[in-house]
Amino acid sequence: MTFLSISHLEKSFGANRVVKDFNLPIEKGEFVSLLGPSGCGKTTVLRIVAGFESPSSGSVTIDGQDVTGLRPNDRNIGMVFQAYALFPNLTVAQNVAFGLKVKGVAKAEAEARVAEMLRLIGLPDLGGRYPYQLSGGQQQRVALARALAVRPRVLLLDEPLSALDAKIRVSLRSEIREIQRELGITTVFVTHDQEEALSMSDRVVVMNGGIAEQVGTPFEVYNRPTTRFVATFVGTLNLFEAEADGQGLRIAGVPVRLPEAVEAARGGRLSVALRPESLHLGGGEVTLPATVEAVEFLGSILRLRLRVAGVLVALDTFNRADAPPPALGRAVEVGFSARDLVVLNG
Amino acid sequence: MNRVWSWLALGVGLLYFFLPLLGTLEFSLRKRKGEYSLDAYTAVFADPAFRATLGYSVGMALLTIVFGVLLVVPTAYWVRLKLPRLRPWVEFITLLPLVIPAIVIVFGYIRLYNTSSFLPLTGSASGTNLLLMFGYATLALPYMYRAVDTGLRTIDIGTLTEAAQSLGAGWVTILGRIILPNVLVAVLSGAFLTFAIVIGEFTLAALLNRPAFGPYMQLLGANKAYEPAALAVIAFAITWACMGLIQLVTRFSNHTRVNA
Repeated sequence: MTFLSISHLEKSFGANRVVKDFNLPIEKGEFVSLLGPSGCGKTTVLRIVAGFESPSSGSVTIDGQDVTGLRPNDRNIGMVFQAYALFPNLTVAQNVAFGLKVKGVAKAEAEARVAEMLRLIGLPDLGGRYPYQLSGGQQQRVALARALAVRPRVLLLDEPLSALDAKIRVSLRSEIREIQRELGITTVFVTHDQEEALSMSDRVVVMNGGIAEQVGTPFEVYNRPTTRFVATFVGTLNLFEAEADGQGLRIAGVPVRLPEAVEAARGGRLSVALRPESLHLGGGEVTLPATVEAVEFLGSILRLRLRVAGVLVALDTFNRADAPPPALGRAVEVGFSARDLVVLNG
Repeated sequence: MNRVWSWLALGVGLLYFFLPLLGTLEFSLRKRKGEYSLDAYTAVFADPAFRATLGYSVGMALLTIVFGVLLVVPTAYWVRLKLPRLRPWVEFITLLPLVIPAIVIVFGYIRLYNTSSFLPLTGSASGTNLLLMFGYATLALPYMYRAVDTGLRTIDIGTLTEAAQSLGAGWVTILGRIILPNVLVAVLSGAFLTFAIVIGEFTLAALLNRPAFGPYMQLLGANKAYEPAALAVIAFAITWACMGLIQLVTRFSNHTRVNA
């Protein structure tokens, strides 16, 4: 049952159409990420759901109620901003209690709710502090508590981790996900960071140029990208130009028989993609000759840069102390399974 | 060598500002022949007209500040939030009182709001008081607007507004509980400047015939010798107290609130 529905959303700023016929049904309790580069329209969609922007056309419904024409303060939506947006003149507890006070919640109940929220975000003793006395991570947790205190119908997260340093970002994203699961709150998360989107979400919407290029689980989006944009934007990808002859493909002159699961091309030239981890050194179902051009040490992973049929490709392999990487310039064989090939449409 | 010139420039500057003040102070203490005394000050403080005019001006200053805050804070906030393209125009308008003399403003008022006009404000004392307050607010507008606008620049009003809206707050709550407290230091700076302007203002009050402190100072200056000097020193003390309060509030605020 759809809880939050975004239907045929359009938004133009002057002649610039930033959101084009955007549709997204979201289930109750689902965590959906809008992922895309800057200017793809993801934040605009979020702001329309929050009520900060009016759509040129289309509608937003929450729990069956059309909220398209409602003011932001009448929507009962919680929002967390990239810049924290804590009220500098209020303490942590006053910040968290702000929405409750506005809604006229009784003092005792509000105090209990504030205490509950501060416990939830792991800062039960910091209620008396001012925002400037907190670290960035703590401020963002308080912002989350403040948004959740009013028990919103939907939680909107607008790149909440972007302003934080890498280590805190990683820990906070799992905290946010845990809290979201615990409360079962329907959440829309906007990010340009694919790792965040893939690690936190039930579903990911990859946006480009104002449209949803692909909507799917992180597994689907990563392993079965449907367009060239999604394939190149999400994760690292090796692209090959191939020729289709109706029965299979030829990559660098090597015939590749496609399994039925992979849609066979109708003929002509097309692009196929392979993730770095789908390639391995040595022969395989399909084997191509290659030359080692560079080796990058990424801790548990070794990334080899190989020249295959004139194309520079990446190959990821586990770093093992007993298997040193091949020398630069060495001729090697690269194998892969035809099952892992992704035929790109767009 | 450079340092010597710096000190020299500073010294000349200080002399330029302080010598007349010291002269005035010294003169104000010479009412009693042959010795220094506070007689001039005693005479001033004992004068009922002094207390009445100062009280009137302080009251007008407070009303002007309240009116100025109610006018300027929402305007500056709205222009920054929703009408940023109008900012140069609004700034230009708020600067106009600096280039239009007070006497032009007050003659305009008298002509527009006289007893035979559609809004005869000058027909009653309270109406004239209201007119005077509007006039004071106009004169203080460049300072009040700039102070508030500078304060608004230091906070992310767009995001704070949206955060408050998402929590259910309406415009009055946002202005009263979020925006105003966060620009309070700036508002107080504007308020103290307004206070100083109103206390010393002569033209509007004299031409609207109101019993303000400015016309009283002029009257005293025309009729007495030492008391005007004492009044000048008192007026300076009030102005400096306002400046000191601005500093105090600014310093105090650094401990309580920082950036968003």
